[in-house]
Amino acid sequence: MLQINKEYINLLLTHDQRVDGRKLEQYRDIKVEYNISENAEGSAKVSIGDTVVLAGVKMDVGTPFTDKPDQGSIVVGAELLPLASEDFELGPPSGDAIELSRVVDRGIRECQAVDFKKLCIKEGEKVWMLFIDIYPLNDAGNLQDAAFLAAIAALKTAVFPKLENDKVVFGEFTKEKITLQRVPIECTLLKIGDKIVLDPTLEEERALDARLTVAVTEENKVCAMQKGGEKGLSMDDIDKMITLAIEKTQELRKNLK
Amino acid sequence: MAYTKRTDGRKFDELREMEAKVGIIKSADGSAMFRVGKTIAIAAVRGPRDLYPKFKQDSQKGVLRCNYDLMSFSVTERKRPGPSRRSQEISLVTEKALLPVLELDNFPNAVVDVFITIVQADAGTRCAGINAASLALADAGIPMKDLVCAVATGIINEDKVIVDVNKEEEDLEGGLADTPMAILPRSGEVTLLQMDGEASKEEILESIKLGKRACEQIYRVQRDALKERYGGMKDAAD
Repeated sequence: MLQINKEYINLLLTHDQRVDGRKLEQYRDIKVEYNISENAEGSAKVSIGDTVVLAGVKMDVGTPFTDKPDQGSIVVGAELLPLASEDFELGPPSGDAIELSRVVDRGIRECQAVDFKKLCIKEGEKVWMLFIDIYPLNDAGNLQDAAFLAAIAALKTAVFPKLENDKVVFGEFTKEKITLQRVPIECTLLKIGDKIVLDPTLEEERALDARLTVAVTEENKVCAMQKGGEKGLSMDDIDKMITLAIEKTQELRKNLK
Repeated sequence: MAYTKRTDGRKFDELREMEAKVGIIKSADGSAMFRVGKTIAIAAVRGPRDLYPKFKQDSQKGVLRCNYDLMSFSVTERKRPGPSRRSQEISLVTEKALLPVLELDNFPNAVVDVFITIVQADAGTRCAGINAASLALADAGIPMKDLVCAVATGIINEDKVIVDVNKEEEDLEGGLADTPMAILPRSGEVTLLQMDGEASKEEILESIKLGKRACEQIYRVQRDALKERYGGMKDAAD
């Protein structure tokens, strides 16, 4: 990134201003579309400004982990296709893709948004596995929050596929929905200089000193966090960031039906 | 058993409903969506840009690289993310289907990357991908002699030729000679031709003839999508 851009972003921030004119805590417009791919058990498309992310849920029968014989599980993946950004490359998942999907995974898993026990078909033998796959279509910054919203939106529309003799009948669905016990939302906060910025653009991401993603449940409990960036955060920063995340996730949750 | 009525009620030479949109991915140099029935393909073009590693460069002209793949949830049984032998072969034949219309002489040492991904699959994904890619290349402003139109025909029970095969027909018992093809609407040249199944020479020639006619309709949908995006420009084709 051009040093001059970074300096410009920093200079504006000292006056509490951003390149696109937003307030520091203001998100771009958010749009959620459901059922965008009908072979998926559930799917959604989320745009935050010019950032667009698709997510889809597919289900299959698997064997449970030996220490959790009565529980199904989720598997979250993200493919950062070069279609979506000139910074993405073909090949095995990059570190960024793995981090993106793992932070989504933890936000859903740790607050038990999906009741894993309801995914049990036959204890110790057969359980449902939920594959949640995330595909950015355009990266204009803040993929993390868009990916998380898309994953939750896709889960909200997901239905169980038809099962015959413990095997999935591919392409046929039941009407039974995957019920979400909780609806966590992730909010990513950047620290640039001594300011905290939400819903960053690509240029702002490139100028970051530190980053914190916070997943919050509707009871305002934090259920996952991930710190990124090259610099550290003070106690005071973390306090402010979590407070802001709790406030903002309540707002973000309203975008879901 | 004769195939007298198509599973979705179409006429034998009738295409599924089509929709095309140009300029759907903001960060790309060119992009497009092409839908036929329930099959949805999107394509993005990045370039011309420097090609690395350097030994892959051509000092005489630009290089075209295509990549086709399915989203994991686009199919009824989840597709494992990452390239498969199938997707790599389709990427290759897509490249060959598009290359004849491109004028890359002005871009030595550069690459034009085409990324195709299928959001929803219901047969005919490689053809939908080519139709989307052709629009995305035009959107990127790459000099082109023509658009490229693609469709799959099928010969059912060694009897009837059908145009724009859907998934149900693909899976019909008794066999189908599936023939995906890409055609340049101006010259009528065939730039993609694959076939699997069993058919006589006459049937194959007949199905290409019907495919060509179908491509005229695809061409119209593509042209309308470009006009919608670049409306107000004088239409050179009329």
